[in-house]
Amino acid sequence: MDLKGFDRPGRHAGGDIRSVKVMIAGGFGTGKTTMVRSVSDIRPLTTEETLTQASVGVDDLIGVAEKSQTTVSLDFGKIGLNDSLVLYLFGTPGQERFWFLWNGLFKGALGAVVLVDTRRLASSFRAIEEMERQKVPFVIALNVFPDSKDYPEEEIRDALDIPAHIPVVSFDARDRAASRDVLLALIRHLKERSAVPVESR
Amino acid sequence: MSAPRRPADPSGLERYYVLTGGRSGPGGAAAGLDVATLVVSRSGPVPGLQHEHEEIIRRCREPLSVAELGAHLGLPFNILAVLLSDLLEAGRVEARDPIPAHVAGRGPDLALLEEVLSGLERL
Repeated sequence: MDLKGFDRPGRHAGGDIRSVKVMIAGGFGTGKTTMVRSVSDIRPLTTEETLTQASVGVDDLIGVAEKSQTTVSLDFGKIGLNDSLVLYLFGTPGQERFWFLWNGLFKGALGAVVLVDTRRLASSFRAIEEMERQKVPFVIALNVFPDSKDYPEEEIRDALDIPAHIPVVSFDARDRAASRDVLLALIRHLKERSAVPVESR
Repeated sequence: MSAPRRPADPSGLERYYVLTGGRSGPGGAAAGLDVATLVVSRSGPVPGLQHEHEEIIRRCREPLSVAELGAHLGLPFNILAVLLSDLLEAGRVEARDPIPAHVAGRGPDLALLEEVLSGLERL
């Protein structure tokens, strides 16, 4: 048996490394995995949650004699921020109606980036609603595709009904620096939120 | 593709049943596990462990997230969580949950946000 790395009993390798997580949300095909791939230190990986029929309750699974399962996948990447802090980025499943099935998917996240394809605004409505419902702080990032028309950000803000205090930024999800800047916009937004009194519920 | 789907291999459930001894979800120590929770081994593998338990201990010499473990071992989150709960209860691994931006009853963690900012700025 290989015991390398365990020469200091009682102490583990890796010191005091901790993690933080940020969710990358948005409709199907808005570039979530592209963004994760652009900024991640590792090739994006996929992790899955298997949902048994009892917890799904979808018509086509009811009455199936054998136990059935549905799988929801998360693409993710990570960024080493310093020697003791790692940022994990999780791209949410494209079909928002399954988010609630993954218990605590957004719990403990610093916040979320909601990606929007300006050619198909409606595809991200559900993601925005879900962030609001789960009280996850977020910024809107318009992923500019080569054939996207150049809409003023304010026009998009109106169409998506995004309040003034939530940043709306444009970027190219294929670009590492641009994707990094979107994450910076989110963290700055989180800092600013903390400067204003918590809104009453 | 991230759409939910039926597994291509119908025997998957039986494999998971065997791996977990029929348990469908974690209890106790592992109930709060997050995909971004870091798992770190406390000791080396010992003889007699189930193969998957040994594999987790081996891979977690350096802290590894639950999501990475799941991806490397090809196990869904809830099955992995059951295996991790065994190891947590036996004291063979420790789990560190992701640091939230807000702690209940306290304000946002500004020092943490600063640390994330400067880390990102260095990219």
